[in-house]
Amino acid sequence: MTIPPFECFYAQHGDEVFGLLVRRLGRQRAEDAFQETFLRALRAYPSLRHGDYLRAWVLTIARNVAVDAFRREKPTIELEEPIELPKRPAYAELEHLTDELPPTERAAVVLRYAYDMPYDAIGAALGSSEDAARQAASAGVRRLRRKEIA
Amino acid sequence: MTVPADLDRRFRDAADREGLVDVAYDLTDSPVGELLVATTEQGLCRIAYRPDDALGELVDDFGVRVLRVPRRLDPVRRELDEYFEGHRREFDLQLDLSPVGSFHREALHELALVPYGQVTTYGALAKKIGHPHAARAVGGAMNRNPIPIVLPCHRVVGANGKLVGYAGGLDRKELLLKLEGAMLDTLFP
Repeated sequence: MTIPPFECFYAQHGDEVFGLLVRRLGRQRAEDAFQETFLRALRAYPSLRHGDYLRAWVLTIARNVAVDAFRREKPTIELEEPIELPKRPAYAELEHLTDELPPTERAAVVLRYAYDMPYDAIGAALGSSEDAARQAASAGVRRLRRKEIA
Repeated sequence: MTVPADLDRRFRDAADREGLVDVAYDLTDSPVGELLVATTEQGLCRIAYRPDDALGELVDDFGVRVLRVPRRLDPVRRELDEYFEGHRREFDLQLDLSPVGSFHREALHELALVPYGQVTTYGALAKKIGHPHAARAVGGAMNRNPIPIVLPCHRVVGANGKLVGYAGGLDRKELLLKLEGAMLDTLFP
């Protein structure tokens, strides 16, 4: 699928991302997180190689933004609600395997290996740098290997 | 859950402020129907009579980060309003013609010199850019004019004075010429 104009992507997923962030962070903090999510998506958007799984992609970014917001401050509302991701065998497996990784490493591994995103785009999506994204993905993979051996 | 309007606006403004937008656009009403107007950092890059088709074309020409940012189009909207109210005869806007090929661009630059309320012909325009036999190619260039109204391709008519064609439809061409007070009948009796 070709990559749609950002406006169409934003119009299609904005409400769902906002709903997710409100559930995770409460109404007030969801607004900042919403803006941060779509700014990160916008930074990474030109590096996307195809327009598949954009919903899962933006939800991954949103979840990561929510985790960052958690770290900064204790939440006013805390609800355990896992993000529902679209069914896709390779991704589903990766999601399962990466369950126990720290959030940044998990996001980096998933974006790199399930979405085939280049590291500069992952860095943009995670609000860090290309090098940091590469390190996170590689740390995640090392951790997965250790787990496999153990 | 619907994104609140003020949050939506704040996101769009922040995206624009951070320079993350390849093309900012908006929709605007006019006497010739709803128009999509779009700008890059360089300047106005598109006025489209068919907004639905235009977004994909903007992606092809300028990049995928096409976002509606109404505030960015305020100057364009203001000048268009003044034009349609009959208070403006020339546009004072920076243009971005970067995706346009050299022949096409030459034709558009020459077109920009055709004064308000006057008409010229495809042949005359072809001659002016040094290709006297390229009237048909000039017609094609007018047909693919990315910034109609501001680049006044409605002021170009056939050698016989007939309106001939307009990418936005002949009704619009006639309306724009009437608005400018162009007296077609007396020019080509």
